[in-house]
Amino acid sequence: MDISNYIYLSAILFTIGAIGVVVRRNAIVVFMCVELMLNAANLAFVTFSRINGNLDGQIASFFTMVVAACEVVVGLAIIVTMYRSRRSASVDDASLLKR
Amino acid sequence: MTTSTHLLYLIALPLFSSAFLLLLGRIADKWGHILATLISASTFGVGLVEFFAMRSRSGDARAATQRIFEWISVGSFKVDASLLLDQLSICFVLLITGVGTLIHIYSIAYMSHDRDRRRFFAYLNLFVAAMLLLVLGDSYLNLYVGWEGVGLASYLLIGFWNERPAYATAAKKAFIANRVGDIGLSLAIMIAFTQFGSVTFAGVKAGAPHASAAALTAIGAMLLLAAAGKSAQFPLQSWLGDAMAGPTPVSALIHAATMVTAGVYLITRSSFIFDASATSRLLVVIVGAITLLFGAIVGTAKDDIKKALAASTMSQIGYMILATGLGPVGYAFAIMHLLTHGFFKASMFLGAGSVMHGMNDEVNMRKYGGLGKVMPITAATFGLGYLAIIGVPPFAGFYSKDKIIETAFNAGGTRGVLLGGAALLGAMITAFYMTRVFVLTFSGEKRWDEKAHPHESPSLMWIPMVVLSIGSVASGFLLSKGSALVHWLAPVVNSSNVESGKELMPPVVVSALALGVVIIGVFAAIVKYRKSVPLEAPTGSLLTRFARRDLGQDDFNHNVLVRPGRAITQALLGIDHKFVDGIVRAVGWTLSYLSISLKKVQNGYVRSYALLMTAGAVALLAAIWLVTL
Amino acid sequence: MFKMALQVGSTHTPEAVLFWIMAPMAVLAALGMLLVKKAVHSALLLAWVMITLAIFYIAEDALFLGIVQVVVYTGAVMMLFLFILMLVGVDSSDSLVENIKGQRPAAILAAIGFGGLLLSLIGRAVSHTAAVGLTATNADGNVQGIAQQLFTRYVWAFEVVSALLITAALGAMVLAHSERKHISQRQLSVDRFRQASLADTAGLPASGVYARHNAVDVPALLPDGSAAPTSISSTLEARGDIIASEPFELTANEEEEN
Repeated sequence: MDISNYIYLSAILFTIGAIGVVVRRNAIVVFMCVELMLNAANLAFVTFSRINGNLDGQIASFFTMVVAACEVVVGLAIIVTMYRSRRSASVDDASLLKR
Repeated sequence: MTTSTHLLYLIALPLFSSAFLLLLGRIADKWGHILATLISASTFGVGLVEFFAMRSRSGDARAATQRIFEWISVGSFKVDASLLLDQLSICFVLLITGVGTLIHIYSIAYMSHDRDRRRFFAYLNLFVAAMLLLVLGDSYLNLYVGWEGVGLASYLLIGFWNERPAYATAAKKAFIANRVGDIGLSLAIMIAFTQFGSVTFAGVKAGAPHASAAALTAIGAMLLLAAAGKSAQFPLQSWLGDAMAGPTPVSALIHAATMVTAGVYLITRSSFIFDASATSRLLVVIVGAITLLFGAIVGTAKDDIKKALAASTMSQIGYMILATGLGPVGYAFAIMHLLTHGFFKASMFLGAGSVMHGMNDEVNMRKYGGLGKVMPITAATFGLGYLAIIGVPPFAGFYSKDKIIETAFNAGGTRGVLLGGAALLGAMITAFYMTRVFVLTFSGEKRWDEKAHPHESPSLMWIPMVVLSIGSVASGFLLSKGSALVHWLAPVVNSSNVESGKELMPPVVVSALALGVVIIGVFAAIVKYRKSVPLEAPTGSLLTRFARRDLGQDDFNHNVLVRPGRAITQALLGIDHKFVDGIVRAVGWTLSYLSISLKKVQNGYVRSYALLMTAGAVALLAAIWLVTL
Repeated sequence: MFKMALQVGSTHTPEAVLFWIMAPMAVLAALGMLLVKKAVHSALLLAWVMITLAIFYIAEDALFLGIVQVVVYTGAVMMLFLFILMLVGVDSSDSLVENIKGQRPAAILAAIGFGGLLLSLIGRAVSHTAAVGLTATNADGNVQGIAQQLFTRYVWAFEVVSALLITAALGAMVLAHSERKHISQRQLSVDRFRQASLADTAGLPASGVYARHNAVDVPALLPDGSAAPTSISSTLEARGDIIASEPFELTANEEEEN
């Protein structure tokens, strides 16, 4: 098997995540799709690490995980605040940017 | 060529004094005029020192230069701000600062009741500074700066009493007429640059012999246009009469020492252009001859003493321009006439100012009469100037004007006869109208009304007049003694080697002829104006009425230039409203509609924005895809 | 365990088999994330994708990351998601009807373009690249290797990221914090009587209590015999964990019998 299959898989997962962000309305699902995209990128990093024979890709992947953890914490806090004030977790309800 | 380090003081002194007085404001009201006069006098002192230093040198070393700073450096085109003081410049420097200082002194008394006297003196100093820069610049571009400075200063001074709309309009008229001439000068500079790659006098002089006749004619014609604008020559003469709106010392300064002499200076300085182009010379003599007759005829019809004098200036400058067009030998005579004219015209203008000072600013000569008894000093100094201008020997005008008439006759052929005849006719008319001015003002019955109490002016006013009248008596003799000025100027205008041209008429015959026509003119005027002078001007002949209207120059300008100009402006305005504005509005509407349709993109839904981002990412990937293809 | 099965650093058959089994399932799970209606199901499918990825990491000689993926992502992050889902309410399920005009076709078009271009570019860039493999690098152990890199070359980045973590924790606390005012019983009763309608003033109706069934998942019956919608929890309704009340409703016949 060709190692680049991992990269193809990563690209497919990333694309699916992108569609999810655009299509789904529940803020939590949107957020999970973002996580899916980050994970897809991580897979690519790990594969690159293997292709190049050094650990830089894995380190990058590690940092991505840490930053993703931060992002989840803050993002979920935002969702909770949003839900508390609007009684809804739909991203379409927060369409105040128009005005 | 000598390198000097203190030429700059000539310009810097009056310039800084002017800026100082303008910036200081009312604080300097009490002593501003004294400072300005002292500065002007010290500038004259510097000029004298330079003059004697120049005399002590000999040959090529007489001319001095000073490089101040590198002004323009664009590729191969380099212009330095540098000064050149040669035999021609020093004549002007002494005239400008000398006569200028006398006018400063005179103005102290003349303007003593004006609340803006300090500002007036600041402008006077600015005028002197600009004129000095004009005659000291070593390139056409430096000259141009002074040229514009003179235009500005004259605008400020003519419109000095700008609370009166007519005076402000006169200032604008002078400025606009000058702008027309300025276009000529700037075009001449541009042509010179394309032809010679240089705008310095030396550079153009070196290139002139190799240039094509067409280019030289073009430069000459443009320079003549510039000179016509500044020196009030036909066809740009209309501003000079209205320029009398300024205070009388300003008129004296403009007419005698600065401004109108700039045109003569420009043509003399560009002698190498005119020497090489016969067509340009022909244009110059035509303009000169027309203007000298034009001014003289207008002068006979004016009842306003200042306007009569202004017309006479126009005529006298016409003589100078005529002389410059007569080839190498004429330049020196033009300059000589310019210098003597500087004395006697300043003397007469200051005399006219003195008369006005005593007559509550009355300018109509028909309301003067018999003033000689109450204003003896003014009458005497004015009389000396009058004798000088009509060319009675041994006064100054005799020496300079006769030389010009003589040179005109010597031009040879039909041209010589025509030009000489015009000059001679001009001399007769000059004698007529100047006698008219003198007789109407100083002799005959008194015609002023009860309210006027004419009196002699204070000493601060008559002392400069006396000094100037001495100059108008003696300067001609001194300058022409042993052809002093001709030899002095020879290195600049190249006149020495053409000295002995063929003489159609011996000088004695010319002098006799000139004297004859002058006597005719004088007697005609005395006969006509000695007896009764009506207070209201009679209707007069067609020619008189036409001359009173300045020979229709304003009507001509209005009908031929202003009206079509207005029509074109109206048409352009229509085009602007319909076409240009239409395009602008169309752009606006298009943008507005685009924005309205684009507004729908901004629907406030985060997911739409995310979709747009995705589209952007797709576009980016597509670009990468294409690039790495 | 996987290490033994897979001949690390190569693409020999065991790894290929693993990949061809796990990868399609991961893709299916990811697609399912988009298509299922309930957020809880999406979360579970995402957890599946993450575990698959963890297995792949280990197969690709990234033992440490594989473990971290399971512990941090699948363990901590996904549990956080589920926790928030419960907090927000499981009833906050999406209706999958799109209400922005043209959003869905445009999204699919963009996805096809994006995915196609990305795959094409990857194909150009990495296809048939000879892999160096991590056998040599991991000679001292993968964890030791990463630790060495992390605390030498990347130590500054590591410290900055730690600062970021602390900031994020503080930020989450600030965002989620809300002042809770003490409201007295008296105030609560006053508020209750000041509602727009006095219908619920005495409290919501209790759930159905019947002879054959007695539970919170059956609605009570109103005097006219129909089900009372407010008598059961909306969460149960959203989950679909309720029993229809029709069997317990009084029919006309029964009424006559009585």
